Amino acid sequence: MIERIEAIQQEAAAAIGAATSTASLEELRVRFLGRKAELPNLLRGVAELAPQERGRVGKAANVTRQTLETLISGRGAELEAAELRERIATDRADVTLPGTPAEPVGHLHLLTATRREIEDVFLGLGFTIAEGPEVERVYYNFDALNHDPAHPARSLSDTFYVQGGGEGPDAVVLRTHTSPMQVRAMELQPPPIAIIVPGRVYRRDSDATHTPQFHQIEGLAVDEDITLADLKGTLLAFARAIFGDEREVRLRPHFFPFTEPSVEVDVSCFQCSGTGIVEATDSNGGGSQTSPAPARCNLCKGTGWLEILGSGMVDPNVFGYVREGGYDPERHQGFAFGMGVERIAMLKHGVPDLRLFYDNDLRFLRQFG
Amino acid sequence: MKLPLSWLHDYTTPDVDVRELATRLAMTGTEVDRVHVHGPAGGVEHFVVGRVLSAEQHPDADRLRVCMVDVGAGEPSQIVCGAPNVAAGQTVAVARPGSVMPDGTTLKAAKLRGVVSDGMICAEDELGIGSEHAGIMVLADGPAPGTPLTDVLDLATDVLELEITPNRPDCLGVYGVAREVHAALGSPLAPPPWTQDPGAGDLGSAPAGIDVSVEDHALCPRFTARLFEDVTIGPSPAWLKARLAAAGQRPISNVVDITNYVMLLTGHPLHAFDLDRIAGGRLTVRAARDGERLTTLDGQDRPLDPDMTVIYDADGPTSLAGVMGGMRSEVQDDTTRVLLEVATWDGPQINRTSSRLDLRSEASSRFEKGLPPEGCMEAQAVATTLMLELTGARLVPGTLDAGEPLGWTAFPAIALRDARIAGLLGAPVARERSAEILTALGFSVAEADDGLSVGVPHWRRADVTREADLIEEVARIDGLEKLPATIQRNRTGLPGRLTDAQRLRRRAEDVLVGRGLHEVVGWSFTDPGLPDRLLAGPGDRFRDVLVLENPMSAEQAVLRPTIFGSLLDIAAYNRSRGHQDIAIFESGAVYLRHPDPENPLADEHHALGALLTGPVRPATWGDGEPGGAGVFSAKALVGAVLGALGVAWHAEPTDRPYLHPGKAAAIRSGEALLGVFGEVHPAVAATWDFDEPVAVLAINLGEAIPRAAGVAHYADMTTFPELRQDLAVIVADDVPAQRVLDVARGAGGNLLSAARVFDVYRGDQVGEGRVSLALHFEFRAFDRTLTDDDVAPVRERIVAALRDALGGELRG
Repeated sequence: MIERIEAIQQEAAAAIGAATSTASLEELRVRFLGRKAELPNLLRGVAELAPQERGRVGKAANVTRQTLETLISGRGAELEAAELRERIATDRADVTLPGTPAEPVGHLHLLTATRREIEDVFLGLGFTIAEGPEVERVYYNFDALNHDPAHPARSLSDTFYVQGGGEGPDAVVLRTHTSPMQVRAMELQPPPIAIIVPGRVYRRDSDATHTPQFHQIEGLAVDEDITLADLKGTLLAFARAIFGDEREVRLRPHFFPFTEPSVEVDVSCFQCSGTGIVEATDSNGGGSQTSPAPARCNLCKGTGWLEILGSGMVDPNVFGYVREGGYDPERHQGFAFGMGVERIAMLKHGVPDLRLFYDNDLRFLRQFG
Repeated sequence: MKLPLSWLHDYTTPDVDVRELATRLAMTGTEVDRVHVHGPAGGVEHFVVGRVLSAEQHPDADRLRVCMVDVGAGEPSQIVCGAPNVAAGQTVAVARPGSVMPDGTTLKAAKLRGVVSDGMICAEDELGIGSEHAGIMVLADGPAPGTPLTDVLDLATDVLELEITPNRPDCLGVYGVAREVHAALGSPLAPPPWTQDPGAGDLGSAPAGIDVSVEDHALCPRFTARLFEDVTIGPSPAWLKARLAAAGQRPISNVVDITNYVMLLTGHPLHAFDLDRIAGGRLTVRAARDGERLTTLDGQDRPLDPDMTVIYDADGPTSLAGVMGGMRSEVQDDTTRVLLEVATWDGPQINRTSSRLDLRSEASSRFEKGLPPEGCMEAQAVATTLMLELTGARLVPGTLDAGEPLGWTAFPAIALRDARIAGLLGAPVARERSAEILTALGFSVAEADDGLSVGVPHWRRADVTREADLIEEVARIDGLEKLPATIQRNRTGLPGRLTDAQRLRRRAEDVLVGRGLHEVVGWSFTDPGLPDRLLAGPGDRFRDVLVLENPMSAEQAVLRPTIFGSLLDIAAYNRSRGHQDIAIFESGAVYLRHPDPENPLADEHHALGALLTGPVRPATWGDGEPGGAGVFSAKALVGAVLGALGVAWHAEPTDRPYLHPGKAAAIRSGEALLGVFGEVHPAVAATWDFDEPVAVLAINLGEAIPRAAGVAHYADMTTFPELRQDLAVIVADDVPAQRVLDVARGAGGNLLSAARVFDVYRGDQVGEGRVSLALHFEFRAFDRTLTDDDVAPVRERIVAALRDALGGELRG
């Protein structure tokens, strides 16, 4: 009996070792370990053996069964791996073909992308975002911003007026800047205040450098101790965030009705690093060696500086219009600024013509955002 | 303002080159647009004084003369000249070979009709100092031949083109800019040109021969006049012409040139009348009356109105005050008696007048900024000197001075506190430095306990009225580049963050970008014909547009009442450029008249609109030709946006005139209307040249965002699994799927947690006029795992309800 068990084990082990596929291995499993196979039947017959034989034969049969099971599963794993390798070897995709189905990539308009980028800089500096109406009363657009009653910006040639408005401060215009929201915000929120105001604005101008509709971002920070140096620092942080960590800003005195002192702000040119000079390479082609020749920077026109916005310290007269909101011209001070989103986007991305923003040609839109 | 550097040097000569000067001016508040050279563009040393020794007829050309010209260098030069006025004995301007003319051409010796010409005798325009071209310029005798022409004329000078801010009319005069340069660069400042006044002896009395009455001094705070007799009108001397030309003014005649020159020097405009053309010898200044007309110097006949200030004589209006003189009293070649008017006018009134007449002049652009009355006599002094010097005139004794001082001589001093300077700027400025700066700018300065007491000069009175204005003066000259860069403390108590609405608007936009749409930015303006084009009926809300009083063009005369117009415009623009698949959206305001008629502002809401046409995505090798965009593409996007915002919504059929009547839906959240989606009506789409479906959607974010899910609260969706079952029901074709789901949900009770349609079948197997909807249900209990036995009765209730309410039959 023991001999027979050993013989089965030898025969089976040889067959398992020689199996060439998982299917033939399965056949061997059925043949040697299946319900009708000899070894299980031997095991079932153990009870009928003499008591002194039972232990020995039973053990031998069990060991053999376990050995065969181990061999089968080991060989099975080998065969499966080999079969997988073989299958994979022929299952190839040309991964250089495009993905399918296509997942088109959309884009924010460059103006929105730029606006958000600027917004995020000022959010990080502790400002919140306020928004206001585009159709606005003259009171907010001009009067409360200390615009002289004869200020030319009020004229029909400069500002869009809406029919049906009242007279004087009650006349209705398309806001010419985002500044009216300065006054509206101060009416609603007592000092201290730190807001930016993005939005569409309108002026009666149309040429290569003006569109009748454009976008601004206004800034306003008022407390008891906010200084012109703070304006400089805030705008320096802004300029570096948008145009690069190496940038500097400079303030140039200017005039605006609603700030005093008023300054225009320039950022050092990021194309020539503020030198006004770029290393041009001659382009005569022919594989000739490029010979760097200094040339005037075309971005800053050789000045080393790019004008980016107008700003200043809020004119005390403006606070006079929002006394009821808690603003005291003797006690409160702060800065305001206004920048053109188009201008920032054009500078940063090299867009040559303002009108491209409003043509909305998909070939333009796809380049950004 | 064009500032010839040579003119500036009469009053101050900074020790820097012109680039540095321009930079310093820019950095102290006077923007320099550009610097150009006026006159010859090079080779200036080749321009010399010459004397014509002889002028003979050219042998082969009737109009040319062959001249021998002494140019101070050995042998005379032979120069061929075409001017009819050339004659022996004249002192002339000669451009010798090597000269670079103002147009950039370099002069060479040349043969003219066979005769060598070794240079050119110049006309005024050839030197850039006038417009005269009919003949050569004849110089006054005196300078020796060979004298460099630059010694005789302002021949070539750098010209700074300054952009003067509206608060600084004093810098619209050379002397005012000289004062700025003096303050900014420290170069000594010469006394003002009005220090000497030949008429100073007779200031107290008016001259005989003219009477002026000013009816309203609010319109005309001061009116001064002097009379000149024995005036000889003629051309101005070359130096004056050259200066005016460099400053951008065309020389006309001595008297007119003097008024222009004095204006450019002092910043105060003047006007010369021919005294003999003032009817009745009397001028009256008053507001015009409706119906009156005046022909101004430029020959235009202009209607007047009561908002304009006019000077009258016995025959009526004769000059438009502060803007332009009248033709009738203009100085002419035969004029011998001149009345020189220097006045000040109400700035806003001048501005209104020139805007209403669309007539801007050098005078109006100065007067509209409000000029000080003191400036009148400054201009009179300089003009009198020149009238006597250049026109042979005699001053009639006396100065007419009609004006009410109205306190314009006495203005209180302003306190400038040291602490306030530091407090506003963020850095201190030494008191001595402040005093030095203000003194250089012409302010009077006295020490006070805590700073300075500052008197404002008359030419800055309109601009500097408060301590903050003085701080600006100190800061800009001291140098803003010295300021440190600091950042204020945020004491608002608020973190810098987006509001929920701002955050959700970005999210909504990003959802569309993530689905491959391109954002566009359309015009807020639109064509008044847009509502017609969108087939809007007579009472349609789209007709409640806001109308501009002064649009740029008829096509941009109203504000857009809907986001769809600009989307269609932009889609058509891109289609015409060959784009077949267009998927765009815009996030922006639309404007309607406010429902409250008392509110003149707009009813503005922020719309999120999208447009899809053509294939929904590019074809690829793997999926063949994708289908075209349609109503369901739009609906899918609505679901994506509102799903991202967490807004519960449903669609219901609707009609909009501009939408396909069978493919239009209102987007509702409960009863509230959030927007619409659908396909554009084919007739409307056709007017934008689309002949295939154009799917659109618009969501009023102002309505949608407040309905967005707030803070999410946890629900246990994982402890017990949901049980999923499908069911197909056949209903009549006109039963909306939404109705089927509503009935199923109503019958499903608490255990039914979700229901949706996942397939639709029409065809032979269900019969004509019927549709099979495959429904997917999810059942869930939060306290146990549901079994089929739990769900079976619910399913039966659903089936029964579909049958009873909708005649639905289970399929298969």
